[in-house]
Amino acid sequence: MLQTAQRSSETIKTKAVPHERFLEAFRWMLLARTFEEKLVSLYRGGLITGGVYIGKGQEAVSVACGLFLQKGDIFAPLIRDQAGRSAFGEPLVDVARTYLGSRQGPMRGRDGNIHRGLPRQGQLAMISHLGAMVSVTVGALMAKRFKGEKNFIGLSCIGEGGMQTGSFHEGMNLAAVEQVPLVIVATNNHYAYSTPNEREFACAELVDRAKGYGFEGYNLDGTDLSACLDVIGSAVKRARAGRPPQLLVASTLRLSGHGEHDDASYVTDEIKREPFAQDCLKRADKLIVDLNLVDAKRLQGWRDDAAAQVDQAITTAQKEAAPDANEDWCAISTRALVDQAQ
Amino acid sequence: MSITYLEAIREAQAKLLRDDERVFIYGQDVGGTFGGAFKATKGLAREFPGRVLNTPISEDAIVGTAIGAALHGMRPIVEMQFADFSSLALNQILNNAGTHYWRTNVPVPITIRLPSGGTKGSGPFHSQSMESIYAHYPGLIVMTPATVEDAYTMLIEAVAIDDPVVYCEHKYLYYHLKADKLPTEGLPAGKARIAREGRDLTIVTYSAMVQEALAVAEELASDGFEIEVVDLRTVKPLDTDTVLASVARTGRLLCVGESFPWGGATAEVIARVTSEGFHLLDAPPQRVNAKDTPIPYHPNLWSVHRPNAKSIAAKARNLLRE
Repeated sequence: MLQTAQRSSETIKTKAVPHERFLEAFRWMLLARTFEEKLVSLYRGGLITGGVYIGKGQEAVSVACGLFLQKGDIFAPLIRDQAGRSAFGEPLVDVARTYLGSRQGPMRGRDGNIHRGLPRQGQLAMISHLGAMVSVTVGALMAKRFKGEKNFIGLSCIGEGGMQTGSFHEGMNLAAVEQVPLVIVATNNHYAYSTPNEREFACAELVDRAKGYGFEGYNLDGTDLSACLDVIGSAVKRARAGRPPQLLVASTLRLSGHGEHDDASYVTDEIKREPFAQDCLKRADKLIVDLNLVDAKRLQGWRDDAAAQVDQAITTAQKEAAPDANEDWCAISTRALVDQAQ
Repeated sequence: MSITYLEAIREAQAKLLRDDERVFIYGQDVGGTFGGAFKATKGLAREFPGRVLNTPISEDAIVGTAIGAALHGMRPIVEMQFADFSSLALNQILNNAGTHYWRTNVPVPITIRLPSGGTKGSGPFHSQSMESIYAHYPGLIVMTPATVEDAYTMLIEAVAIDDPVVYCEHKYLYYHLKADKLPTEGLPAGKARIAREGRDLTIVTYSAMVQEALAVAEELASDGFEIEVVDLRTVKPLDTDTVLASVARTGRLLCVGESFPWGGATAEVIARVTSEGFHLLDAPPQRVNAKDTPIPYHPNLWSVHRPNAKSIAAKARNLLRE
């Protein structure tokens, strides 16, 4: 029954006509890019404590992850998924609050940057230990099945770096054993921090692992928004229709450092000339202009709107109070069982 | 009619499955007709179809799955086949479950059962006591039941608690410990129990060492010493008040634990008593733990690696002389 993973040579090609949700997706990408550029400037200005981790170059894959999910679905984004998080419904102000440490944010200043989530709304809060969120997504889906819910799926994001963890492997195998409606979107951005692919794995194609796990597998061009929407949208449909779990492997280049503290000087000039090194946002933008999908004035209006949304989110969060060191610090919810350790 | 510690754990799970549709059991070999390596879930898969599920040998993913299920309304019970193997799930337990409520304000009600402690011939990888590691990290409740009654009521309580509970059940007690019947209620988590009253020396301990401490108290009674035995029941939270009250009565403290000696539950008890109740002590507090080596296979070695009534009594006699 299981479909053999497709070889990279069979990567699904862009159709001449863009995906029906292309422009909607483009606007989320634009918002994510604008927002993250603002975060970078705040970081460089010393206004953000800790790190800033952006998804530049990965917005097309990410937005497609968030866009096809519905209320009741489970989304487990990772560090480069601002576009997907926004498309799934994460308020932009909550992102600003988390980066700026506002006590009104979902993490209330206790955790920062990309370590955020709204678990009750289906957006899981990642931990830094990669691969760990795959099985958590599986468990959330099992809970929904136990409770008799229908038509739900889960989508968990990973990079090619995280794919090499034991936790990822265990989670993938368990997902297939439990036959939960799951889509795994893996973005091969060609570097795990500074480590290139050849020191990360030795198989010809990461997507070949799909068959070994009992997943259906597909490659996709992560720089091509329309392809991302086609391939990820179709996988979401298949998962919803009860097909086995889906593994998608997108090819991109990380167009930033691992974090903004990292100048990424190890990224070679040679790799920057590869097709997967194209900027997905620029590609989408060019397609819009080439096909005259939107006139220049409207496009500029979208840019202005993104900038205004970003300004509003940042301004709001900046006005809010920082966490108070005298607040309730309990690590557990059962107050009667808090240990009195000093 | 008598019921063992192991049967009490099985009965508690049967009751939980019967009374609460959110409960399911997840772990290696727990399902089918097998019912677990120690039979703690025997018959439950048949009685509760689809709710007692075998898993692959994937400790990390087992706990991760339980976390996800708990976040979406279930009350999973994870059985680790041996406590030792829970080291493979440390990341999910400590970094995911243990931080989740504090980070997101959403608690993770999972119960992780750890068949713990040494039995003869089990060696370095099937004998460990992990409670001190879990107690060290924030965000977890650590239970160490020492009686049949506590094994039953504390497991039911563990599942009712909204936070992650590491429930350390002692394998040595599985068959050795019996009670006439199951209780309808017990002391709440976080409360220690005076297992035997005395006035000359307090032994603070938990899990299987409670039985050893009671044997020591009996032996020393024939020499005229009255030993008080405090069963912590939960090592986290630690019932410092009950311990201090006991030391106030006896003036002498001996802490006994089966886990390794560096740091840990016994060191924590002594740290608290010396910092909060130094004036209550008539002699320096002492402790007995396992040796600081891996746990040996051969009974000749194992019998001196693990604290027992003999080694505890020797330490107690020294302390009583001071």
